[in-house]
Amino acid sequence: MAVKVSMKVNGKPVSAEVEERTLLVTLIRENLRLTGTHVGCDTAQCGACTVHMNGKAIKSCSIVAMQAEGADILTIEGVAKADGTLHPMQAAFKENHGLQCGFCTPGMVMNALEFAKGHPNPTEQEVRESLEGNLCRCTGYHNIVKSIVAGAKAMAGGR
Amino acid sequence: MNAPLIGARIARKEDYRFLTGAGQYTDDVTLPRQTHAVFVRSPHAHAKIKSIRKDAALKAPGVLAVYTGEDLAAAKVGGLPCGWLITDVNGQPMKEPPHPCLAQGKARYVGDHVAIVVAETAEQARDAADLVQVDYEPLPAVVDASKARAKGAPQLHDNAPDNTCYVWALGDKAAVDGAFAKAAHVTRLELINNRLVPNAIEPRAANGSYSRAEDSYTLYVANQNPHVERLLMTAFVLGLPEHKVRVVAGDVGGGFGSKIYLYAEDVVVTWASRQLGRPVKWTAERSESYVSDAHGRDHHTIAELALDKDGKFLAMRVQTTANMGAYLSTFASCIPTILYATLLAGQYTTPLIHCEVTAVFTNTAPVDAYRGAGRPEATYVVERLVETAAREMKIDPADLRRRNFITTFPYQTPVALCYDTGNYNATMDAAQKLADVAGYAARKKDSEAKGKLRGIGYAAYIEACGIAPSAVAGSLGARAGLFEAGEIRVHPTGSVTVFTGSHSHGQGHETTFAQVVADRLGMPIENVDIVHGDTSKVLFGMGTYGSRSIAVGGTAIVKALDKIIAKGKKIAAHLMEAAESDVEYDRGEFKVAGTDKKKMFGEVAFAAYVPHNYPHDKLEPGLNENAFYDPANFTFPAGTYICEVEVDRDTGQVRIDRWAAVDDFGKIINPMIVEGQVHGGLVQGIGQALTECCRYDDESGQLVTGSFMDYCIPRADDVPSFKVDTRETPCTHNPLGVKGCGEAGAIGAPAALMNAITDALGVKDLAMPATAQTVWRAMQNRKAA
Ligand code: FES
Ligand code: FES
Repeated sequence: MAVKVSMKVNGKPVSAEVEERTLLVTLIRENLRLTGTHVGCDTAQCGACTVHMNGKAIKSCSIVAMQAEGADILTIEGVAKADGTLHPMQAAFKENHGLQCGFCTPGMVMNALEFAKGHPNPTEQEVRESLEGNLCRCTGYHNIVKSIVAGAKAMAGGR
Repeated sequence: MNAPLIGARIARKEDYRFLTGAGQYTDDVTLPRQTHAVFVRSPHAHAKIKSIRKDAALKAPGVLAVYTGEDLAAAKVGGLPCGWLITDVNGQPMKEPPHPCLAQGKARYVGDHVAIVVAETAEQARDAADLVQVDYEPLPAVVDASKARAKGAPQLHDNAPDNTCYVWALGDKAAVDGAFAKAAHVTRLELINNRLVPNAIEPRAANGSYSRAEDSYTLYVANQNPHVERLLMTAFVLGLPEHKVRVVAGDVGGGFGSKIYLYAEDVVVTWASRQLGRPVKWTAERSESYVSDAHGRDHHTIAELALDKDGKFLAMRVQTTANMGAYLSTFASCIPTILYATLLAGQYTTPLIHCEVTAVFTNTAPVDAYRGAGRPEATYVVERLVETAAREMKIDPADLRRRNFITTFPYQTPVALCYDTGNYNATMDAAQKLADVAGYAARKKDSEAKGKLRGIGYAAYIEACGIAPSAVAGSLGARAGLFEAGEIRVHPTGSVTVFTGSHSHGQGHETTFAQVVADRLGMPIENVDIVHGDTSKVLFGMGTYGSRSIAVGGTAIVKALDKIIAKGKKIAAHLMEAAESDVEYDRGEFKVAGTDKKKMFGEVAFAAYVPHNYPHDKLEPGLNENAFYDPANFTFPAGTYICEVEVDRDTGQVRIDRWAAVDDFGKIINPMIVEGQVHGGLVQGIGQALTECCRYDDESGQLVTGSFMDYCIPRADDVPSFKVDTRETPCTHNPLGVKGCGEAGAIGAPAALMNAITDALGVKDLAMPATAQTVWRAMQNRKAA
């Protein structure tokens, strides 16, 4: 059964015809063609699909699109400034080489953005624990951890 | 002139698109009139396929086609080829059973591709796949390589008796046996190198399309070497001319070896796109990746080291059974032979080595190169043996290594390789300092005071990168060349596009290669772009594997740069009215020796494209050169890793307390990127030793570790931060002096970590992965003993 869903994505109102079982990530990738949100697993383990829903980081592969009816969704495409300037967290990933193949990166950044709000000056251990739901196979996490520590400080410093 | 770029920590050019969600991975490509495919896979490890009924699936909503092995056979689609012919101990070629793209008559592992369903949407294809009725007659299965060779074991292939692909050997067995007979001490270990699932976070994907107007195909595919993919697919499987097939591997989300190969899915979607006249896309679900990506490792080895009374290594004897899985994947056959036995000298002067390898077919997914590919297995054998010998002979493990280090170069090993250069004492010294080995005893006391066990472990690894030269590889059975190609296209106003046959799937070539070119041409890095991953743009390429990109691909670019500069000198000489032999070039400036006359690179480039004042009688206009480079030898990165672990006596939980890694990668172009490669490799190696184990059920042949929940790739809080450093002995046979760094971490880490854990526990050996349960059991057994 096709259903109509409407929500705000990256500040713009959108609506789409989906099936009841259509996942939010499928709506984002296929209907809206916002392909920065990735799919790395089928068991809600990898975090590559992380987006913000009403300000909270969620795995968009683990809810259906209908559950996001009326919600405010932020994807990686909506994080940089309108003029293209990177958000301080994105800039920290670049400066600290916190990404290699880039596939886990959007999910890492979306997760880090939420974490940094509550942790303006995090320890390395806190960052590692915050990454419990995000897998990276390339970086060994070392530079992701450095990036998030730096990004959180930059955000707190109002950069 | 700009500041030097070689050796600079430059943030990556490619990061912006990845950080803003603008990367274009294969699944992100959706073509007009796109269709979607799902593969029907065997739920049985071994079964006869009695019949396949498509009708119910064909009637399902949105379904466009269902194809099976019969359809491919009728269309004369060939099987998947193996790229390396191993000749066995009797001079016979290895057994190469047919590897059909869709099963013919029999399925041989859980996940074997049986049929493809193509529909308007992925959901429809998935629903319809459940309606394809395959009548299987299950057969007994065997998943363990040693059991597969036993009498009465189920047989996989008619032409491979005893499931044996080959028995291969290297070295002088009689001389080795003689040395063992005279040894003062012999250390013996039985080692399992656990089977691993690569698990790049981007699952494999392929999107094939056919243009009737052009009679040509385009395949978008998550792949590490698009030209090789095209060559294998066109020449060996589909029988198409290469100029009618374009392979695009744009952004690829990690490979680690698993995306080198030509896979059945790539072929079938390409073929199906022509049948349907529409593009056909398939993207693996993670559970499919687990059963169908080529796995890594899976060796069972008995290894012995003979020493004299002073700890000098006299000889090494190694017997390995290698599990190849159900079929030969693209490079499967050379991994446990050419890339394994040849590395058994390690960093040492062991004068005699014999290695015998038996490669066996089992009802499991094919096994092929995975980060390190043969070299981690060799390092594990050598470094576990050496550490164990040191303990048995009560010699400090670092000291025992030093007594046996190779110190003069070039050094010819008894296992075919000739090391051009190295300084193993230097990396050992630096690692010991970085790890604060001097403070170990105090830390051990502290741990004991807390009721914890502490151990320290070393690994002094060597690897051989940039497998070469082609002629030698060919004589050893390689069916492909092992060179690389590059092209430099200088534009009229001096900016540059570089085309490379290397492929980046995380390694950062767009930055590293641009550093090399911009440095040489004396221009800002922004003026240089690197293009890779598209057979319609790049002249040719062998792609990226075996840490070969900078050493082989980078050198091809340097060779092309040489040609650019040579032509530039001619143009500059003409412009400055000087003799060509008087023109000197240095990073962007052509100068007449002994004068203040000079021309900038941009001026020369402009003259080449606006040739008003130009030596037309001697030179063609334009500034565009390419080069192919076939290396004279492998490169030999080496280093020492030292780690310390703390083990909880009550739970068996292992915590890595510190890790120091000192590598010699020769010259380094971008230290930041190199460190990232080391970190990533280390964590994959730590994963093998601590958390990752691919298991098939012995009876049913089912994969029991088929998801991120059952097969644990390391998470951020499983691993420490690392102390990494480098020492530098430049490679002697390439102009950049580079060696390659992509696999080192994964090669050295498992041995270092298992040496530390066995040290902490006071046991001789422990099976990887050393999960809390395994460690706890070992502690209980030790108490009981
Ligand atoms: S795709 Fe959502 S957690 Fe893996
Ligand atoms: S950067 Fe490749 S998976 Fe994280």
